[in-house]
Amino acid sequence: MLRDLQNSRNALGLLFMLPAAVLLLLFLTYPLGLGIWLGFTDTKIGRGGEWIGLENYAFLWSDSVTRLALFNTLFYTFVASVLKFVLGLWLAILLNEKLPFKTFFRTVILLPYIVPTALSAIAFWWIYDSQFSIISWVLQRMGVIDHYIDFLGEPWNARLSTIAANVWRGVPFVAITLLAGLQTISPSLYEAAAIDGATEWQKFRRITLPLLTPIIAVVMTFSVLFTFTDFQLIYVLTRGGPLNATHLMATLSFQRAISGGALGEGAAIAIAMVPFLLAAILFSYFGLQRRAWQQGGSDS
Amino acid sequence: MTEFTRRKIVQAGAGLAATGPLFWVRDASAQWANTPEKGAKLRVLRWSRFVQGDIDAYMVNVRKFTEKTGIEVRVDNEGWEDVRPKAAVAANTGAGPDIILSTNDDANLYPDKLVDVTDLAEYLGKKYGGWYPACEAYLKPDGKKWIGLALGAAGSYMVYRQSMMKAAGFDSFPKNTTDFLAMMKALHAKGTPGGMALGNATGDGLWCNWLMWSHGGMLVDKNNKVVIDSPETIKALEYGRELYGTFIPGTLSWLDPNNNKAFLDSQISVTNNGISIYYASKNSQDEKVKALKEDIYHAPFPVGPAGVPTESHLFFNQMIFKYTKYPKAAKEFLRFMMEAEQFDAWLQGAGGYIAQPLRYFENSPIWTVDPKHTPYRDAVKNMRPAGYAGKLGYASAGAGADFIVVNMVAEAVSGSKTPKEATERAQKRAERYYKV
Repeated sequence: MLRDLQNSRNALGLLFMLPAAVLLLLFLTYPLGLGIWLGFTDTKIGRGGEWIGLENYAFLWSDSVTRLALFNTLFYTFVASVLKFVLGLWLAILLNEKLPFKTFFRTVILLPYIVPTALSAIAFWWIYDSQFSIISWVLQRMGVIDHYIDFLGEPWNARLSTIAANVWRGVPFVAITLLAGLQTISPSLYEAAAIDGATEWQKFRRITLPLLTPIIAVVMTFSVLFTFTDFQLIYVLTRGGPLNATHLMATLSFQRAISGGALGEGAAIAIAMVPFLLAAILFSYFGLQRRAWQQGGSDS
Repeated sequence: MTEFTRRKIVQAGAGLAATGPLFWVRDASAQWANTPEKGAKLRVLRWSRFVQGDIDAYMVNVRKFTEKTGIEVRVDNEGWEDVRPKAAVAANTGAGPDIILSTNDDANLYPDKLVDVTDLAEYLGKKYGGWYPACEAYLKPDGKKWIGLALGAAGSYMVYRQSMMKAAGFDSFPKNTTDFLAMMKALHAKGTPGGMALGNATGDGLWCNWLMWSHGGMLVDKNNKVVIDSPETIKALEYGRELYGTFIPGTLSWLDPNNNKAFLDSQISVTNNGISIYYASKNSQDEKVKALKEDIYHAPFPVGPAGVPTESHLFFNQMIFKYTKYPKAAKEFLRFMMEAEQFDAWLQGAGGYIAQPLRYFENSPIWTVDPKHTPYRDAVKNMRPAGYAGKLGYASAGAGADFIVVNMVAEAVSGSKTPKEATERAQKRAERYYKV
């Protein structure tokens, strides 16, 4: 029987897939399923709940704080992702040039990404402090401002300040990954373009960008996913304040589910994030499909 | 360890007489009989110390208990905000620490999962002058059965710089809200403003409850009907708006540590806080910060139009879970820790950070050894539960965790909403928790 098993490709295949399947079921499918289920119940921490259908979602739709958190999340994700892409691509192109100390710069650029988020968030907490901000201190000494900037106390300032901190942390990931992509582009393409009299912009537009598109799609998908689900930075810097102006879906979900004990409602907020995350993944999928077009085929 | 006797209390009396407490004495007739289970072992989960002296003194008592009874006790520590979900999961799953020391209304979330400690509470209450009303509000919800034992509260009081107050023309800290506002305006005019947290600060944001209550406003009435949208709350917010005008800029972003930092850097003259600012100054290695301790004073929150103290503090409870195999040993542990020989040593170790739940400990030397400790003595005595004036449970816990009152105050005082708009919004948000 053992010999039959060893000779059966199907049985062996199933056997080898089993550990991965168990891990996926246990740590991905089950929690996700449980989260979806909880979102339809009024479960509290420490107390089982009952099925209440769409009541949580109906409430959340009418809840001004949740709507604000949704707006904040979309704004935060969109602005931070665009900035991370532009700055990341710019850095990647710079680092792809023949620079002195290239390896050193490539290592240094990764530092913001290496530092644990909670630690860098504490550094930003000081940088943005309403009384001790180094930025305000310098600007005041230079005579640019006459009073300290209220980075985290005014709603729009707080939104933009948290975005700036997120961009600082996220740029290295985009830059280094795009740099890897840039290095796969054959220099002969640029040489050929140069012989044909192409300008730098034309080289970038016609060679760099199309060949980088697949990697851009993957990087930006991950970047959007990480940004959309950001938690630590907001939790350390503002806890969602001031006036809930920086509450993201993830921080609001935690506040309602864990601090407030309303697990069902918190789960509903978390599950409400899924359609947006799926949209980001689909974007990546279709972005990757364009590889066929880049290789001379058509999109269809 | 300090053993109280009538003689010692009278010797320590000068400071106490100034603040006018009664001299509570032990009732020797209180009886307690309990035999712990053989071979019992206990696991205790408690909130992490706020000051080192707290955990040091607590662990000395734990070791004494083990030496005396042979019962091993393992003590785990977690940040106080993390104890709540862990305790709830323990209650739900029926497994976890035998005893959990948690905060605020946690015991009201799962009262049927907790060991009835009425006998122990009555014994301690009889022996030590009785529990303060706030303890009963939190832990005797039906008025008959105790579902946990009160441990005390970390007081949040007014912390101020005396020199700055005097320079602004005030000899003593104002006792009512009118004078308080006048003082804050004077301090602001002198360039030494005060400031209190208006961000999502779980501890220091409690002053917003005081603001609302001091003017007669409340989140819910006795029947858990949401009544926050009231003329009293609006008056409180109008007062708050004037008060906010005297604050140092930036308090809308303040979380719990911000006021400590600003105060110790002499940027603010008044704030609300635990005794930790004074503690930090006393123990600082920085001479400049250390020198501040002479100028730091504490005072109760001013009384508003409501006419009575309306303070809001972080309350601590002690719960025994029904799943424990050793309920008698657990009770014995709590009794031992609450007896004067141990409890007073712990109060002293905590350096005034924790106030007692039993009247007898008003006599503790910790409240007179340094007059600056004295205001913190009455934290439990003067406090109201966060869900005042309703019943405590998921609704009060959820509304508190969602910063409904803090957000309402922040919206109104900063001018982003009118007081009426802010109270209407708070009403709607609170009604969700109290399910209209």
